Amino acid sequence: MKLSIRSLLTSMVAALVVSTTPVRAEDTIKVGVLHSLSGTMAISETTLKDTMLMLIDEQNKKGGLLGKKLEAVVVDPASNWPLFAEKARELLAKDKVAAVFGCWTSVSRKSVLPVFEELNGLLFYPVQYEGEESSKNVFYTGAAPNQQAIPAVDYLMNDLGVKRWVLAGTDYVYPRTTNKILEAYLKSKGVAEADIMINYTPFGHSDWQSIVSDIKKFGSAGKKTAVVSTINGDANVPFYKELGNQGVSAADIPVVAFSVGDEELSGIDTKPLVGHLAAWNYFMSIDDPANAAALKTWHTFIKNDKRTFNDPMEAHVIGFNMWVKAVEAAKSTDPAAVQKAIIGVETPNLTGGISKMLPNHHITKPVLIGEIQANGQFETVWKTEGLVPGDAWSDFLPDSKVIEADWTDKLNCGNYNTVTKKCSGQNYK
Amino acid sequence: MSALTYSSTIGRLLLASCLLLASLPGIAAAADLPLAKLMGFDFKAKSAAITAIADSGSPRAATILGALLDGRLLMRKADSRMVIAATSEPKTAISDALDGSELGSEELVNLKKVVINNQLRLVLRGALARLGLANSDRDARLAAVEALAADDTPGTIAALEDALPKEQDAGVKRAMQVVLALAALGRPEETQRLAAVNIVSGSMLGEVRNRLAALLAKDAEGKPLEPSMDVRVAAARALRAIDERRAHYELVQTIFFGLSLGFVLVLAATGLAITFGVMGVINMAHGEMMMLGAYTTYVVQQAFPNHIEQSLFMAIPAAFLVAAAVGIVIERGIVRFLYGRPLETLLATFGVSLFLQQVVRSVFSPLNRAVATPQWMSGQLLLGDALALTWNRLYIIVFSALVFAALLALLRFTSLGLHVRAVAQNRAMARAMGVRAGWVDALTFGLGSGVAGLAGVALSQLTNVGPNLGQSYIIDSFMVVVFGGVGNLWGTLVAGLSLGIANKFLEPFAGAVLAKILVLVFIILFIQKWPRGLFPQRGRAAEA
Repeated sequence: MKLSIRSLLTSMVAALVVSTTPVRAEDTIKVGVLHSLSGTMAISETTLKDTMLMLIDEQNKKGGLLGKKLEAVVVDPASNWPLFAEKARELLAKDKVAAVFGCWTSVSRKSVLPVFEELNGLLFYPVQYEGEESSKNVFYTGAAPNQQAIPAVDYLMNDLGVKRWVLAGTDYVYPRTTNKILEAYLKSKGVAEADIMINYTPFGHSDWQSIVSDIKKFGSAGKKTAVVSTINGDANVPFYKELGNQGVSAADIPVVAFSVGDEELSGIDTKPLVGHLAAWNYFMSIDDPANAAALKTWHTFIKNDKRTFNDPMEAHVIGFNMWVKAVEAAKSTDPAAVQKAIIGVETPNLTGGISKMLPNHHITKPVLIGEIQANGQFETVWKTEGLVPGDAWSDFLPDSKVIEADWTDKLNCGNYNTVTKKCSGQNYK
Repeated sequence: MSALTYSSTIGRLLLASCLLLASLPGIAAAADLPLAKLMGFDFKAKSAAITAIADSGSPRAATILGALLDGRLLMRKADSRMVIAATSEPKTAISDALDGSELGSEELVNLKKVVINNQLRLVLRGALARLGLANSDRDARLAAVEALAADDTPGTIAALEDALPKEQDAGVKRAMQVVLALAALGRPEETQRLAAVNIVSGSMLGEVRNRLAALLAKDAEGKPLEPSMDVRVAAARALRAIDERRAHYELVQTIFFGLSLGFVLVLAATGLAITFGVMGVINMAHGEMMMLGAYTTYVVQQAFPNHIEQSLFMAIPAAFLVAAAVGIVIERGIVRFLYGRPLETLLATFGVSLFLQQVVRSVFSPLNRAVATPQWMSGQLLLGDALALTWNRLYIIVFSALVFAALLALLRFTSLGLHVRAVAQNRAMARAMGVRAGWVDALTFGLGSGVAGLAGVALSQLTNVGPNLGQSYIIDSFMVVVFGGVGNLWGTLVAGLSLGIANKFLEPFAGAVLAKILVLVFIILFIQKWPRGLFPQRGRAAEA
């Protein structure tokens, strides 16, 4: 109860403080930025807002879009899921933005989804997520499970010879769905039930003693063991510390994490983490001219050359460039026209490849595995050859295996059952 | 899929030039070590180079490989010379990798690190373990033998057989015999296998249990893989003995985990037991006092970056003073006008907690801060052959117990304690006796807040130091105080410890999420039946 009072108060305060002042000018194109600037998610989302401001600034320096200047409309949904829907409605109905870039958690995305579908807006969602969704109005520029979790498991299985698996996660929708997919995938590869251990912990869990001790016991059975971690955010720090203290090193039981990035590492003592892995589609340490240029622009814009650049930020760069190209091709910012024009649009990503928007509204991305170094950065140790196309509906879950998403005229459906030949609405289930 | 597609042109060029250098004939024996092959990104070549260095018999091999494992083996960019850094600080003393000669100090930016990955770490550890058999330190030899337990390649066996007769220490000798016997478990002769089982039985090495269990495994048709009945019986007996001892250790370990969680709860709740329990102020800003203590630790570490090992001892008084001072300001500025109005106090202190969080966000940024753990608090204490207790938890148990005892002594034996108790029991009477009630209130609130600051120092070693640190402990703190009985310090201790232990015993069966829920449900039911907690205050004071 206390928490709900707290979030209510914070959101009220935030709503008062952050009042947008839209400039009444007819010759600008408005771009909505829907990221939490206060509350628990502010840590992660504030940098995404800055990224958007930088991208819009850069585009305006290049002369804007369709001869008009771009104008950012920033709102603060304050890490409060219902407020996300309200703010989204405000952006679409009141400010009449051409596109919205925003959301981080899956809950917030699910909360705004009906609003975008009702008012036919465009949302670019930049964070890796659990999949099982494809909306006409959402473009998923983050990784689907087959662009992060599955390749990471492949790497562990083939390159490290891992035979026993601990799937550890925070107790909410993303880890649960991802682990369900991974469990099905591992079993399809012949891993026995007894060789998979699944563990969930509450948000912000800090007492990892018994869990680490269990993992240690599970890993001492003579087969190479790895932990696939969907543990969220800062609960990772005490987890890695406990691993270190109980003498479990990355060489014994490597932990591959899907939610630990450069940004998270910048706030922690990385000594106990060296050698552990993370799977992402982008690392700041990537040696590529496009990345170097992007980092330079970012550091100049933010006026601090210590600031990190992370995977969701790269996803925003890709998503924004795709939107710009689609608008140029359609010669209009009308959502229906952009939706048509954006499919098949290609734009360079920051890891040396060309990402493409697919008919299922996901994009192609490379998958990288990085090892944490003593300086808190990731060193890439493995990379997929070529780019992996994002799969909205996992092929490893029996229910979603038969579902397809295609927003071209062929199907024009985000949830098409290939067995019953029926489209069950553009919605998620 | 290729093992590695990452490459850089510069790396390749360097590698090529280094290979060229290394292939020049007529270099002294030590220089034959294929150090140059360690550069670049061809991890297969690196692995081969490591094995070659380990098998070279060079006296420098252990030093070089140890430095490589620690990430201290570097190449000087100026002349491609392989060097070993003394530390991993930005500017460090370096020495030549091959002959150990001192080369002065060098900036880290002028050095290129040899990149290794997890597979290489494993190869390195194996190689170092084989080299470590000749180490003069007994513990190092023992660790080396244990690291070789799962490795039954002929090279390792031969190395162990060589080392066994030379070994003087009984413990290391026994470990060597066990590891050799493990390899003998695969021998064709039944008597040898039986003898091997007898040698390994009683050893708590993890590998022993796995191999014994493997002896008892059955094939697809249900026939045992081990043909001899005698060997199977002996293995089953040895396995049972190991499992019994393991269960015993696990019980001790769970109790330890429970105690350590319990003492963290006690530490977090003691401050609240004073402000809420003794003074009756529902202090929602209690968690933020812990947060301030944790941030004080961070500031102390930032102020003395070269004294991380001692920083906690400086942080303890500093955190106490900072949190106590803020506590006194809150009491004098806000709480004293609200005595006897619990709802207003609750709201006001809740506001204070939001305010303090935002102050921290503005001053230190909303990101978590990194508080370093001193060396003496890392790692674990090994008791016996399979029981390991982590140092940080042990220290926190001791610290928490000391804080608790000190507080108890303060309340019981000092005049301040007497006044605090007098004011808590009957304010009007205490004032009539000449006690300055307002002053005592301020000091008591300061004391409670200061203790919360101390808890913050301990928490900075366990969890994240960020603006939300307090929030995650405030509910637990209230839970412990209410469960133990408001106004009773001993109740807080018993409640904290029993909740910690209950939680840890439930966790393996129910999972962390459900365990927490079960404990909460239990407390709700308990408070329904006994609203005054475990140790209710009796007498007239309780009615007031």
